[in-house]
Amino acid sequence: MNVTLTVNGKSYTRDVEPRTLLVHFLREELLLTGTHVGCDTSQCGACTVHVNGDAVKSCTLLAVQASGMEVTTIEGIGTVADLHALQTGFWEEHGLQCGFCTPGMIMSSAELLRHTPNPTEDQIRHHLEGNLCRCTGYHNIVRAVQHAAGAMQGAGQAADD
Amino acid sequence: MSDTRTEKYFGQALKRKEDPRFITGTGNYTDDIVIPGMLHAAMVRSPYAHAKISGINTDSVTGLPGVVKVLTGQDVADAGLGSIPVGWLLPDLKTPAHPAIALTEANHVGDIVAVVIAETRAQAEDAAAALEVDYEALPAVSTAGAAIADGAPLVHDDVPGNVAFNFEIGDEAATSEAFRGAARRVSVKLKNHRLVANPIEPRSSLAQFTPASGEYLLYTTSQNPHIHRLILAAFVMSIPEHKLRVISPDVGGGFGTKIFQYQEEVIVLLAARLLGRAVKWTARRSEAFVSDAQGRDHETEAELALSDDGLILGFRVNTLANLGAYQTLFAPAVPTYLYATLLNGVYRIPAIHARVTGVMTNTVPVDAYRGAGRPEATYLIERIVDMAAHELNMDPAELRRKNFIGPDEFPYQTPVALVYDSGDYEPALDKAMTMMNYPALREEQARMKGQGKILGVGLISFLEACGLAPSALVGQLGAQAGQWESSLVRVHPTGKVELYTGSHSHGQGHETAFPQIAADELQIPIEDIDLIHGDTGRMPYGWGTYGSRSAAVGGSALKVALQKITTKMKKIAAHLLEASPDDIEHEDGVFRIKGAPEKSKTFFDIALMAHLAHNYPQDLEPGLEATAFYDPKNFVYPFGTHIAVVEIDTDTGHVKLRNYGCVDDCGPLINPLIAEGQVHGGIAQGMGQALLEDAAYDEDGNFLAGTYMEYAMPRADDVPTFQIGHTVTPSPHNPLGVKGIGEAGTIASTAAVANAVMDALWHECGIAHLDMPYTAEKVWKAIRDARSQLQAADD
Repeated sequence: MNVTLTVNGKSYTRDVEPRTLLVHFLREELLLTGTHVGCDTSQCGACTVHVNGDAVKSCTLLAVQASGMEVTTIEGIGTVADLHALQTGFWEEHGLQCGFCTPGMIMSSAELLRHTPNPTEDQIRHHLEGNLCRCTGYHNIVRAVQHAAGAMQGAGQAADD
Repeated sequence: MSDTRTEKYFGQALKRKEDPRFITGTGNYTDDIVIPGMLHAAMVRSPYAHAKISGINTDSVTGLPGVVKVLTGQDVADAGLGSIPVGWLLPDLKTPAHPAIALTEANHVGDIVAVVIAETRAQAEDAAAALEVDYEALPAVSTAGAAIADGAPLVHDDVPGNVAFNFEIGDEAATSEAFRGAARRVSVKLKNHRLVANPIEPRSSLAQFTPASGEYLLYTTSQNPHIHRLILAAFVMSIPEHKLRVISPDVGGGFGTKIFQYQEEVIVLLAARLLGRAVKWTARRSEAFVSDAQGRDHETEAELALSDDGLILGFRVNTLANLGAYQTLFAPAVPTYLYATLLNGVYRIPAIHARVTGVMTNTVPVDAYRGAGRPEATYLIERIVDMAAHELNMDPAELRRKNFIGPDEFPYQTPVALVYDSGDYEPALDKAMTMMNYPALREEQARMKGQGKILGVGLISFLEACGLAPSALVGQLGAQAGQWESSLVRVHPTGKVELYTGSHSHGQGHETAFPQIAADELQIPIEDIDLIHGDTGRMPYGWGTYGSRSAAVGGSALKVALQKITTKMKKIAAHLLEASPDDIEHEDGVFRIKGAPEKSKTFFDIALMAHLAHNYPQDLEPGLEATAFYDPKNFVYPFGTHIAVVEIDTDTGHVKLRNYGCVDDCGPLINPLIAEGQVHGGIAQGMGQALLEDAAYDEDGNFLAGTYMEYAMPRADDVPTFQIGHTVTPSPHNPLGVKGIGEAGTIASTAAVANAVMDALWHECGIAHLDMPYTAEKVWKAIRDARSQLQAADD
């Protein structure tokens, strides 16, 4: 079955089994292995990507359902040379240890900051309850998101000035 | 080691060197690796806790799309593969055989009975689901208590009574004597329930075989790749070790459960050899739940003897430890030498006696999980000390303070074998109480009584033994392994440096902390140094990461190797500067003649000359690399005080962890950012046991919590922001003075949160003890029952 979708700004067409999940399409067809699989019940959030701008667990969607849509993965949100504010926040605040949940955490947090640019600690914790981390106790993940929120607001203000 | 550190990097909260790849999604985990032409394996797992395998119809899947091969226990036997061995032998230990694929009998839900290899993962899983296996269900047993009862079904015919070992430590007669003279006795019967480690990356293995050379390559999710190579080559496959290269690339968390030799690693190696193609297997989470070694699972009766004024006089303990269906690598050590030896806690206890019975059941094997034995010991002693405080009407902090081992009593010999290296427990207690404003919490607790919400304050003072371990000592105790660590320092001609360690990082930040140690010793920028780990093909033999040993043992090995490098560099500098090596000092990043600082050579000058060897000392080998193997003289004993504050809604039973603060002492911190991160994660895991997690089985061995929908992992909104403090008491016996911090948070926090809940329930309605986890239902029922009893007593 042919699927065409745009991932990180590039269009891809692949012939896949109809049952192929978006996460497997990304990892196995496009070799974008930054999106991880941590469970099989859509509980852990390690596979979170953006589909048409919304944070989506890519294990909950068939690749064919995403056909024609714009997908952004962790590889598309920033690069080592030009990090997204959340990537910087996670680095600065030690918001990761083993790194396995991190792409999902960053992609999910990006959605939070899009609709809530200055979230409270409770809002961050509530928003991230669909993403499991076993290493950090979430303490520094909350700080990382706050760090990014501050940086993005600062950048926004600078742009307004 | 010194208290007046002048180091530039040691002690700095540097952000991590390894993070750029993780935050950009370019980490390299085992499941990310693709070998062209690789096949995929899917495991067929027993749905029964105990069953005879009476037939496997491999023809039922041979025609299915993509299927290449079905492997059964017979293939393992035909290949002559050995049983997966146990790495720690106790006297008279009964060790049932543990084949890579069950041949005649499945012994727990999830035991592997067959394997399907196919072109794609989906094809392999389809065929695995379709494979016809005939089982004959056998009676099963899931708890240790039930397994030792008369007439209980036998898990293995060669383990009579399901008892794998009987272990005893301490002085029984002296302990009985202490109890005879005691004014007060406090007893408890408790369960330390079973947990699943749940690193978010599921286990994965990818094997390749090269027939022309007879070499195997195994990528696997391991905390200790050399241990896997040793076991697989020497015990299971009978091949020379150098014919097997084990690479453990980026690993998404371990927490103990990625220490062990698993069946699936043997299977992919065998399949790769038989089929001549690479073979990968990656666990689904539902497989991880029934195949990753699980943790804890003790049933314990204990009694504490005290004087009227609260001096602890004796402690006796009887524990049944559920080992599950097989013994994995360290299983016998966890409830014995990592548990019973820790029952002294931080107290002056004149007499202790403990018995531990290791029991086989039809459940997933139990082995080391973050803390491994020490959380169980800490929970037990800190729970019973709190119960004693309630009984004696003493403040729990004051009862602890009264019984602390004093700072001038170290090294301290306990009645249960260990010799504590150093400690100063009262400053950590005081600092934690000040940080959390303990008196104000007690006032708030009194104020809140009868308001619909109750406050509980749990305070624990703990210690743990880590930095595993002096090899000769653990050898005497039954370890079939050494526990030293290695390091190789390689200085390139350009003065850039690679460090190699046998220790492994799966989140602990070695790639930053180890270069911090090296940058100070070599006096070069940290940017010039990289750490390499996790590949038996690239580094000297090492024992890996577990038991909070990386800094204390691996870091010490690095320190010794670095000293060899600087000693050699001084000799080269002396030659170049025409001085005696004794007159050379290494200061401010250069090698110079003492008293004549204008004559100096840079690190680069000497690194280059070591490789060119043009103008070089006659009696010195060229090149600049050094290897060190460091065997610690003792365990290290980090300690601290943790305080948890919970709020319980009496109408619903819901427990909210409101505040959590701790003061840990792990000696000097190499990188406070990393050390505190370890504490944060540890606290969350420990609170998970107290409030949420439960790897529950029914009595027939069916696993009831096999997905994240049934197994309640701590989520971001289950935990508060933690308050973290430190005191610093260096270890006197390693060159860095460091103690471990990887497990301390988990070891302490289960007991702290449990004590907080029980503190609330004691003050509200006199409940002395409830077993964890404190789910809303359990707490609500306990409050209801206690209130109705109080009501009945009043009537």
